[in-house]
Amino acid sequence: MHRAGVMLILGAFIAVVVVAGCAPKKSPTTGTTATGKVQITGAGSTFVNPVMSRWSSEYEKLTGVQVNYQSIGSGGGIQQFKEGTIDFGATDVAVTAEEEKEFTRPFVQFPVVAGTVSIVYNLPEVTQNLQLTPEVLVDIFLGKVKKWNDPRLVALNPGVNLPNRDIVVVHRSDGSGTTYILTDYLSTVSPEWQQKVGRGKSVSWPVGVGGKGNEGVTGQVKQLPGAIGYVELNYAVQNNLTFAAIRNAAGKFVLPSKETGEEASRMAVDRLKQDIRSSAVNMPGENSYPITGFVYVLVDKQPRDAAKSAEIKKFFEWVLKDGQKMAAELDYVPLAEEVVQMSLQKLAEVP
Amino acid sequence: MGVRQASASAGVRERRAGATFWSDRLFRVVVVACASMLGLLLLLFAYELWKSSLLSMRTFGWQFWVSRDWDPVRERFGALPFIWGTLLSSIAALLIAVPLSLGTAIFIAEVAPRWLRQPVSFVVELLAAIPSVVYGLWGMFVMVPWLRENVQKPLAERFGAIPLFEGPPVGVSMMAAILILSVMIIPYITAVSREVILAVPRSQREASYGLGATKWETIRYVVLRYARVGILGAIILGYGRAVGETMAVTMVIGNRPDLTLSLLQPGYTMASVIANEFTEATSPLYLSALTEIGLLLFVITLFINALARFLVWRVTRGEGRY
Repeated sequence: MHRAGVMLILGAFIAVVVVAGCAPKKSPTTGTTATGKVQITGAGSTFVNPVMSRWSSEYEKLTGVQVNYQSIGSGGGIQQFKEGTIDFGATDVAVTAEEEKEFTRPFVQFPVVAGTVSIVYNLPEVTQNLQLTPEVLVDIFLGKVKKWNDPRLVALNPGVNLPNRDIVVVHRSDGSGTTYILTDYLSTVSPEWQQKVGRGKSVSWPVGVGGKGNEGVTGQVKQLPGAIGYVELNYAVQNNLTFAAIRNAAGKFVLPSKETGEEASRMAVDRLKQDIRSSAVNMPGENSYPITGFVYVLVDKQPRDAAKSAEIKKFFEWVLKDGQKMAAELDYVPLAEEVVQMSLQKLAEVP
Repeated sequence: MGVRQASASAGVRERRAGATFWSDRLFRVVVVACASMLGLLLLLFAYELWKSSLLSMRTFGWQFWVSRDWDPVRERFGALPFIWGTLLSSIAALLIAVPLSLGTAIFIAEVAPRWLRQPVSFVVELLAAIPSVVYGLWGMFVMVPWLRENVQKPLAERFGAIPLFEGPPVGVSMMAAILILSVMIIPYITAVSREVILAVPRSQREASYGLGATKWETIRYVVLRYARVGILGAIILGYGRAVGETMAVTMVIGNRPDLTLSLLQPGYTMASVIANEFTEATSPLYLSALTEIGLLLFVITLFINALARFLVWRVTRGEGRY
């Protein structure tokens, strides 16, 4: 009797699973929860996830509106947004004109926060911030500069006792926006890099070993003397890694920081107004850090649910105005005022 | 007492007789459903993989199997370095893990004093329960630096001329992946082999001792011989884990799609490249190429399983002749 009961439950369970599997897909845009709260769902970039969770928890405290964000990667975010299963997507690389053709619904994209990629290294002998030119940086990543006491590195860093160590390049093994920003920069400053490797979220690296995620690169750089890698600024700061000053377009050596990144984003605003997809790397300006990029958000221009669309708009207005300070607290680069204004204009296109 | 028991069991019998008819039927339906679901799942899985990799198959054809290119920017894809990395790391890990696991299993089942059996078995099972990301972290922060300073550096200095130990000692490498894989599969192979060895009937051992065999001879010619099919099963189970292991391997292998013999050089495996690149792969061809790697992994796993079944069949078929 008892056994039969178990089997009945099992059978019922299977039946439920089958029925649930066959039920028509419910659109997430029927936006309210059981308690009547508004719920906004988004997905995409893993890089923006920490600040997005902060934004959504603060915003819920303020307004009661729930923002659910899934950090599934920029590619996944764009895909899901295209299929209309989420309310907004977030991506480290703007949707290209070519990709945009595949979209069936009109949308706007605009930057919500910026990030700088810092070049980090592990040299126990050296405590100063090294100075690097774009040319030397490219040659390190191409595997042409092989030793830390290479004459070109010594010439750039007078007074620094550079050791006779092999340079080991550590790069991201997973596809990432961080890699995109760096390779975008390297392609911009070097035709050779552009031709041999190119820009992308994953590229075919000429030399080096791959670490998974910012934490993987951080871990390998930390434990391997002679290693050089690249991570977002917040990882470099939180893990006490030493980073290099890079010579920018104005000829000044600049360290990555919130201020120098913000300056770069300010310099990029004119180009962004012409084309939102413009890259922000290698910007002019004495104090702008050259390896800087934006995180973009995609929002529907023709909303399927007017009330909900208004909520999405309100949320991002808040993110662009009040949210930037929280981003800075988490070692992201806040958007320069000019970029905020531009993003707000883009957002205004949403009814 | 006896009377009460008898009447109770009579009651059970009565109820059972009434229930058997429909409950057995229901049971049958449920288990058949469960079993066919598994088969169906496998078929759907294979079909889905095949369908999604069509684009890549049409674009690259058989070249995909032998090409060494992996360039997402220019969309040129080839799987050879990943196939090589997967096979090399898993087979080498087996070569290390099998003798160690069998030794441990024999120790627990045949040699260890009774009071020591439980604690040793417990430790082995504990090792099997550690999540792979923990192995990976340990590998990255403890094993890799140790390996670099104490094993790879001396090897590179003394035997650097041999292709097997070529290249600068970086730490993350094929060698690190092989070691972490063997550590991870040892508990599996040990635990299953121990059960199989313990299941060898006592009469077999007694007969062997009765004929004047030593302990070694009994283990070698009687116990292991009797248990060999089960042990082979244990090894296949371990191999399955080694082939599919993703997280821990990714963290220590260096993720570099190169074809190299050197154990000191970084490598790459099929499972790792899928885990690394799938989330950010946006173009259809890129996604399709990654799916085709998944399909290849699927095919290779099926092939290895079939090979193992064949071996078991050969071994058991020959049984009568001995």
